[in-house]
Amino acid sequence: MSDAASGEGIGQPVRRKEDFRFITGNGHYTDDINRPRQTWAYFLRSPHAHARIKSIDTSAAEAAPGVVAIFTGRHVADDGLGGLICGWTVTSKDGTPMKVGPHPILALDTVRYVGDHVAMVVAETLADARAAAEMIDVDYDALPAAASLSACQNAAAPQVHPEAPRNTCFEWELGNKAETEAAFAKAGRIVKLDLKNNRLIPNAMEPRAALGEFDKGTGIYTLHTTSQNPHVARLVLSAFVGVAPEHKLRVIAPDVGGGFGSKIFIYAEETACVWAAAKVGRPIKWTADRSEAFLSDAHGRDHLSHAELALDKDGKFLALRVKTVANLGAYLSTFSASVPTYLYGTLLSGQYDIPAVYVEVDGVYTHTAPVDAYRGAGRPEATYLVERIVETAARETGIDPAELRRRNYIRTFPHQTPVIMNYDTGDYEASLAAAMEAIDYKGFPARKSEAAKRGKLRGIGFSSYIEACGIAPSAAVGSLGAGVGLWESAEVRVNPTGNVEVLTGSHSHGQGHETTFAQLVASRLGVPLANVEIVHGDTDKVQFGMGTYGSRSGAVGMSAIVKALDKIEAKAKKIAAHLMEAAVEDIVFENGTFTVQGTDKSLAWAELSLAAYTAHGFPSGEIEPGLKEGAFYDPVNFTFPSGCHICEVEIDPDTGVTKIEKFVAVDDFGTVINPMIVEGQVHGGIAQGVGQALLEHGIYDAESGQLITGSYMDYCMPRADDLPSFDLGFTTTICPSNPLGMKGCGEAGAIASPPAIINAVTDALGIRDIEMPATPARVWTALQSATPRAAAE
Amino acid sequence: MPVVSMTVNGKSASADVEARTLLVQFIREQLGLTGTHVGCDTSQCGACVVHVDGRAVKSCTMLAAQADGADIVTIEGLAKNGELHPVQAAFREHHGLQCGFCTPGMIMTAVDMIRRKPDLDEETVREELEGNICRCTGYHNIVKAILAASREMR
Repeated sequence: MSDAASGEGIGQPVRRKEDFRFITGNGHYTDDINRPRQTWAYFLRSPHAHARIKSIDTSAAEAAPGVVAIFTGRHVADDGLGGLICGWTVTSKDGTPMKVGPHPILALDTVRYVGDHVAMVVAETLADARAAAEMIDVDYDALPAAASLSACQNAAAPQVHPEAPRNTCFEWELGNKAETEAAFAKAGRIVKLDLKNNRLIPNAMEPRAALGEFDKGTGIYTLHTTSQNPHVARLVLSAFVGVAPEHKLRVIAPDVGGGFGSKIFIYAEETACVWAAAKVGRPIKWTADRSEAFLSDAHGRDHLSHAELALDKDGKFLALRVKTVANLGAYLSTFSASVPTYLYGTLLSGQYDIPAVYVEVDGVYTHTAPVDAYRGAGRPEATYLVERIVETAARETGIDPAELRRRNYIRTFPHQTPVIMNYDTGDYEASLAAAMEAIDYKGFPARKSEAAKRGKLRGIGFSSYIEACGIAPSAAVGSLGAGVGLWESAEVRVNPTGNVEVLTGSHSHGQGHETTFAQLVASRLGVPLANVEIVHGDTDKVQFGMGTYGSRSGAVGMSAIVKALDKIEAKAKKIAAHLMEAAVEDIVFENGTFTVQGTDKSLAWAELSLAAYTAHGFPSGEIEPGLKEGAFYDPVNFTFPSGCHICEVEIDPDTGVTKIEKFVAVDDFGTVINPMIVEGQVHGGIAQGVGQALLEHGIYDAESGQLITGSYMDYCMPRADDLPSFDLGFTTTICPSNPLGMKGCGEAGAIASPPAIINAVTDALGIRDIEMPATPARVWTALQSATPRAAAE
Repeated sequence: MPVVSMTVNGKSASADVEARTLLVQFIREQLGLTGTHVGCDTSQCGACVVHVDGRAVKSCTMLAAQADGADIVTIEGLAKNGELHPVQAAFREHHGLQCGFCTPGMIMTAVDMIRRKPDLDEETVREELEGNICRCTGYHNIVKAILAASREMR
């Protein structure tokens, strides 16, 4: 039976292979793993946003019950360990490299945010470790903090790192300043907008965790951890931090409960656990509680921007100029410098043919938790800015928002934007038209007046987004400052019985790779889905890989598998030619059977697999026994998913509560392997976008630098009753740069939805802007001070 | 240290525990039933929901000692004779899970919800899920799965 007939092939909504273990309680997350003689770690954290450590007295704590060892920054430094690194170097417009302050694993003499790591207590039980941590006497000299993004560059602001005057890590630019200025000079109209992109706290439901072990006999360290990219973690821990040589360090990321970017990074706690396991000679376990996650997981977004769009008298965009201040937090996290620069500025052309774009970004330090990639990473910030100012332009020119977008869409491909990107394909008009149809745009005025009769304010908002996924090619990102290549690896191992193991450098933490990758392999080799096992997340099994983030696993990870499958097929055909005494050119492989063209000779997949290993039927001097092939795939371009999201809201003016009445998303992801899984990715992305637009806000007190939103009591996670059901659709243009024609779907929802929602809210309220999250309090306040026009509507 | 005894998934379980031991710690650490998860420290996320005498309870809000003598069912005990519970089957059929971390709590909550309210509609399901947080699915397919299971179990 062919895969299409069995419903398991590419394009089929195959139910997930991984689900059985999760719905029966048999998943294996890091915290589920325990070892004999295991100890527990607890981290003493700074209560101050900024302080000098005068002394740390651990003597009382060391004598406390159950304590095995206590480590401070001094122990780490004395052992010669390096600090944590940022793997992307950004160059300022004056040609100087970004200014990097050291990022110690445990603080040496200064703490720089609330939650910064001061000491690690290792004890027999977690309760013992916690109790002992309370007994550590740290003498702090508390200092004023620079916790406010808007004030941190002032001359009088407290300094986070002496290496970075005025707390400025870099002053970056992209685009053509002179052409942009010239276009503004002749513009018929200039639209201006100041925007805040609110700070978010990622909140994967599984908190970060680590289990460090050291085998004295072999000298091998093992770290089980909640990672999206275990190989990169191993590389950083060995080459930069110096925990152990790469071949003496095994990193395993087992089942991981969501990541959204926050588990890409190499953090202090995981590093300390694996390092200290050798010091105490016992396994060390650490699991963050949610409060620690709020304090110490890398946060997302947090931009202040000023944007100006120049238009001619017909509404054609002439130029865009942007000035952004991006919060990096107290230390540079693993990829933080790339997020507000190359993942942000490069997307500011949106879906539009804008002849000139110029963006300046100041990356700044504050006494807050590090900020790094969070679902979308730079692209939501770019999309929010572009789609908010385009909507504002529509309102100021009186041109219908859909029509203004249409007038400016890119329509011929490839299209070179003024900000690096070369868009390969797309059909923006198609997704706009499908979304307008799905939401019944024509019927909106009637719905608005019906709502008004009930005393409710109804609004509609568009977002035509583009993003760049599968960040690549390696040489190109290297020239822009990346410290790593961004290819992916795969190895296909065919066993003698014909079942197949696929080793991938991608990592699945909810994305369903065990199913979608198996769909690809099963359909290509004509074997049942059940006979394909996807292996990932263990540096002892998979030789190297770059992991999963940036919506890269389909377009890059699966392309590597395709390359390996090509090699498998080529070798299998050679073997089949010998076994059936035919020329290799005459061998046809279809639905798991090898045939000799024009004859009735055939060979089943399992027969060939066995023959490859018995090696009886072909000259092993010419063809090696076995059937196993590996491949590395380096993309030739980014992929460019795009689409149109439209949101319709209704606001209760008495309470300020915004209800999303309809949310339509029409996306172009190129080839879709499993529509059920892709839709799930979009649902989740939109929900996080709704969170950003209406609910979530990571807030630090500007004076004290205390995290105000440090628990689920204070940080508003989207609940089921905050969200509607979503109406999804697809339009398709095939990506020309990878073998399957895939684009990337993991981040689209989070990128596209916030501007659609805020455009709808501001439309309903009849105001120019409202800060995210548009909470009931903010909406109600806006209504009290609204113009008579809004009040009258 | 008090000795606590209870029935967990049909088997009797007994252990000396510190008085401050939470039910979820007893289940995960003493019994090694790691399907029940801990996702927060303020009793908001619902990843730890189990059934105590037939009712859905956040096992992080209850001491093990309070469950002395109780009949506990965890996610591991929901399938009977190798057959998935209709709610488990519906979560798979409707893609009501991604990373799987919130899933055990979601399923245990859903089973209790369907027992209490056989005539569920979408709005009720969303309201009832107030105490269970999922970061992956946007709840769309969780709601779908619960409604489908509730129809099947009628």
